[in-house]
Amino acid sequence: MNEPLIRIQNLSKVFPPKHEALKNLTVTLPARQMIGLVGPDGSGKTTLLRLVAGLLTPTSGQIEVLGCDTVRDAEKIHAFSAYMPQRFGLYEDLSVQQNLDLYAALRGLKKETRAETFKKLLHFTGLASFTDRRAMALSGGMKQKLGLACSLIGQPKLLILDEPSVGVDPISRRELWDMVQSLLKEGVSVLLSTTYLDEAEKCQRILLLNEGNILYDGMPADLTKRVEGRVFRIEDLSLQKRKHLAELETRADIVDALIQGSAIRVVAKERFFEQGEPTPPRLEDAFIDLLGGQQKGESKLSQAAPRSPVKEGEVIVAKDLVKRFGSFAAVNHMSFSVRRGEIFGFLGPNGAGKSTTFKMLCGLLKPTEGSASVGGFDLQKASIIARSQIGYMAQKFSLYGNLSVQQNLDFFAGIYATKEGLEQTLELFNLQAYRNDTTDSLPLGYKQRLSLAVATAHWPEVLFLDEPTSGMDPVSRRQFWSEMNGLVRKGKTILMSTHFMDEAENCDRIALIYRGLIIHLGTPDQLKEVAQSQENPHPNLEDAFIKLIQEYDAAHP
Amino acid sequence: MRPIPDSLLRMAALIRKESIQILRDPSAILIAVVLPVLLLFLYGTGVSLDLKHLRIGLVLEDTSPNAQSFAKSLVDSPYFNVKIVRDRRELLDDLDRGHIRGFVTVPSYFSEFRFREDAIAPIQVIGDGSEPNTANFVQYYVQGAFENWLQQEAISSDLTGLPLIKAEPRFWYNETLESRYFLLSGSLAIIMTLIGTLLTALVVSREWERGTMEGLISTPVGKWEIIGGKTIPYFVLGMISMAICVFVSTVIYGLPFRGSLLSLLLVSACFLLVSLETGLLISLLSKIQILSSQISIIIGFLPAYMLSGFLFEISSMPSWIQILTCFMPARYFVQCLQSLFLVGDVWPLLWKNIAVMLLISAILFVLISRNVTKRLD
Repeated sequence: MNEPLIRIQNLSKVFPPKHEALKNLTVTLPARQMIGLVGPDGSGKTTLLRLVAGLLTPTSGQIEVLGCDTVRDAEKIHAFSAYMPQRFGLYEDLSVQQNLDLYAALRGLKKETRAETFKKLLHFTGLASFTDRRAMALSGGMKQKLGLACSLIGQPKLLILDEPSVGVDPISRRELWDMVQSLLKEGVSVLLSTTYLDEAEKCQRILLLNEGNILYDGMPADLTKRVEGRVFRIEDLSLQKRKHLAELETRADIVDALIQGSAIRVVAKERFFEQGEPTPPRLEDAFIDLLGGQQKGESKLSQAAPRSPVKEGEVIVAKDLVKRFGSFAAVNHMSFSVRRGEIFGFLGPNGAGKSTTFKMLCGLLKPTEGSASVGGFDLQKASIIARSQIGYMAQKFSLYGNLSVQQNLDFFAGIYATKEGLEQTLELFNLQAYRNDTTDSLPLGYKQRLSLAVATAHWPEVLFLDEPTSGMDPVSRRQFWSEMNGLVRKGKTILMSTHFMDEAENCDRIALIYRGLIIHLGTPDQLKEVAQSQENPHPNLEDAFIKLIQEYDAAHP
Repeated sequence: MRPIPDSLLRMAALIRKESIQILRDPSAILIAVVLPVLLLFLYGTGVSLDLKHLRIGLVLEDTSPNAQSFAKSLVDSPYFNVKIVRDRRELLDDLDRGHIRGFVTVPSYFSEFRFREDAIAPIQVIGDGSEPNTANFVQYYVQGAFENWLQQEAISSDLTGLPLIKAEPRFWYNETLESRYFLLSGSLAIIMTLIGTLLTALVVSREWERGTMEGLISTPVGKWEIIGGKTIPYFVLGMISMAICVFVSTVIYGLPFRGSLLSLLLVSACFLLVSLETGLLISLLSKIQILSSQISIIIGFLPAYMLSGFLFEISSMPSWIQILTCFMPARYFVQCLQSLFLVGDVWPLLWKNIAVMLLISAILFVLISRNVTKRLD
C-alpha cells in the first residue's frame, strides 16, 4: 500500500583507515511510520542516518530515499527531508525568531506563509513566549524543541532525528515525543536513533544494529516476545538488594539482572525461575537477551577496592546550603545528609540547581550561606583533606582528548600521588588493548570507563557522578552499575545527579530538586507511590517526577 | 516584477545571520576594530626605526680647547643626549644598567695626536653590544659627528674667520627620520591580512565545531550560497575596518595620502578578496578553530609581516627568499599602499599589482570550489 520510504541495498561504509561502520546492509523501510534505530554505542546508528540524509557517501551499495539516490540526487533529498543532528544545529547567539527566520529562508518558505507557519510551530513547541531569547539561554529541552521547529519549517516528508532526547529532562522528553507522534498523524515519516529503549518501544518498526550489522528488523513487540515468560521480579529486598544482585550476576541461568528501587528484575534463560513473580517483558529485556546477555562475574573494580573501615553514620552533611548568583538563588536553603554505603540521587530537570549543589559539595564553589562537610571534614575549613575523600566523574569526562589512555592515567595518578596501581587499573577496566590510543578515538563506553578509572584511582570514600550514563547504551549502562553496586558493597558512598529515570532506580534514596529546593526526599518506591492512582496503578519514576513537578508548579505559580 | 531566485534569498538569509553574529560576537569586533587601531597606535607611536636623542656618555680626559670644541659639537647634535664625565669609571654603571647606549672617550693625548700623519681617529667609541643595532647607530653617528667636526676644524684653522661652508650631518638612507610613514602604510596590509584570513578561518571552523554546519548542509542550501554567505559580510567588515585605519593614520598620525580614494578602494578590495579566500580555504581544510587560527598566523600573518616588504626591504633579502615573496599577496598590496600614500596614483605599478592579486584570487577560488562539499566525508 505504501511506496517504500528508504531502500538500502548492499550498503557498506568504511572510514579510513579500516573502520567498518556498516557491513553490507540490505533493508527496505516503509513510509509514514516511525522507525527507530537502536543498538550499542558505535554500532553505526549515526553513520546510517547521515548516509540516508545524503551527508555521507556509501563506500559500496546504494540508498534510495523516496526514489532519489543519496549520491546523485542529494539536493532533492535535502529539499524534502529534514535532518536534526545530535548536537543541535542551532545558532546559539541568534534568538529563537532569528533561527526560525534563517531556516525559513534556507528552506525556501515563501514570505506570505511565514507568519502563519511560525505561529503554528511556536505554538506547537511552546516557545511562543521566548521568541526574543537567544538560543544559548534555552534549556536543553527547549533547544531540542527549537531544533525540531527549525527542521519542520519546510514541511518535510521525512524527518531524521539523531538521538533527539539525550540531555532532555523527562517533561520535555514527553512533550517532544508527543510532537513527533502528532507529526506522524500528519503523514510525515520519521527515522530516529535512540539509546532509550522505552522510546524505541513506541516506534512501529525498529532496526537493531550491532557492530555494523542488522541484528533485528521488525516490530518492537515481536522482539519483546522472545523473552515472554522469562522475566521475573523479586520484590522487597531493600537492604539485601545489592548482595542478592551480586549473587544473581554470577549465575549461568540468568541473562540479565537489574535493580529497580527495592526490587530486582531478572531475565532468565528458561521460562522458569525459582524466585519472584513473572512480570510483563520490556523491549530492553529482549535487547539484552539478543545481544547475548550481561557480562558475568563480580566486577573487578569492586574486588580490588579496599573495604571501607566500617563506620556507621553520615558521610555527607549539608546544612542550610544557599548559593546565590546575583539576586538569583540557584540553591535555596537545602539541608540533607547521606549515609555511608548509600547511593543517593539528585533528580531534577535542567537548571534546577543539581550541578550547583554538586559543585559546592566538591568544594569547587563556595556556598553563599550554610556549610557542607564530607567524612566529617568541613569543605571550607579543611578543603584539602575533604577533597581527598572525593572522586568526581564529570558529565563531559574531564579527560585530555589528545593524550593516550596511558598518559591520562599517568597524569591523574600523578596528581593524586597514587602511582603504584596503574597496571592494575588498566586491567581492572579492560583498557590494556587501548593503552596507546588517543582518548578522543575511544568509543563512548570506553571513555566513560577511563573516566571512572581516573575518578577512582585514589580509592575515594565518596564518589560523585554527574549523569554518568547519559547517552550510553543499555549494555554499557549495566556494566557501569554492576561496578557501582560492587563499590557500595565495599562501603563506598555514591552521590549522583541525573534526570534519567533508569539511573535513578539504582538509588537508595532520591532527592527531587526543583527551583533550588528539595521538593521530595525518599526511596524510589516512596516516590513512585506519590503517582499511584486508579488509572495508573503501577507508575514509574518518570510519572512520579512529572506529577510532583506539575503539582509544585501549580502550588507556586 | 520577476521573483527573486531562491538561491539569492537563501544567501541573503545567511548574510543576515552572519551579520547578527558579528555584531553579537565581541571577538569579531575586537579583531576588526580594536586590534587594527591598537596596531596602528603601535606602529604610529611605539615602533620607530629612527634614533633621536641617543643617550651616550662622553669621557673627557683632555680638557684642551680642541677637546672642548669636539664635546660641544656632540652636545649640539640633535641625535645625542650627552653626559660628560672626567673618568670612564663613572659611566660603567650607567652602561650596565642601560641608562646610556654607549660612550665616547676623548683621551688625554687627543690634541697631540689630532693631526697625526696616519690619520687614525684618536677617540674610542664603546657601544652596548647586547643591542647591536643601536650600537651600530652609536658608532656611525659618532663617526659622522667626528668627521664633520674635523672638517670644520680644518676649515676654521686654515681660514680664520667665518667658515665658507656650513656642513650639517645628514644620513641619506633616512633623511626625514619618519619611518612611521612607511610603517603605517604597510601596517594596513598586515591588518587586512589579519581580518581577512584569521576572522574567516575562525568563523567557518566554528560552524563545524558547534555542529551547525551539519544542520546547514542538510538543507537545500547550495555550496556557492554558503561561500557567499560567509564572504560578503566579512568583506564589508574588512572594508569598514580599512576605512577606520585610513582615517586614523591620515588624520591622527598625519600620514600623507597622495593617491586617489578610488584606487585605494580598488586595491584594498582585491587584496581583501585574496585574504578572505585564504581564510576560507584554511577553515575548509582544518575544521577546528584552534588549528585554523594557528595556520592563519603561520601562512597568512607572519609571511605578510616578514616577507611583504613592509618591515624588511625585499631587495636586500637573499635571492631565494625574494622568489618566495612573489607568492605573498601582501607584497603586492604593500607596494600599492606605499605608492598610494607616499607617491600617488602610479597606474602602471598599480595595474601590475592588481593583476597579480586577481590571479592569486582566481587560483584560490578554484581550490575553494574543489574543497567545498555538502558532505561530511
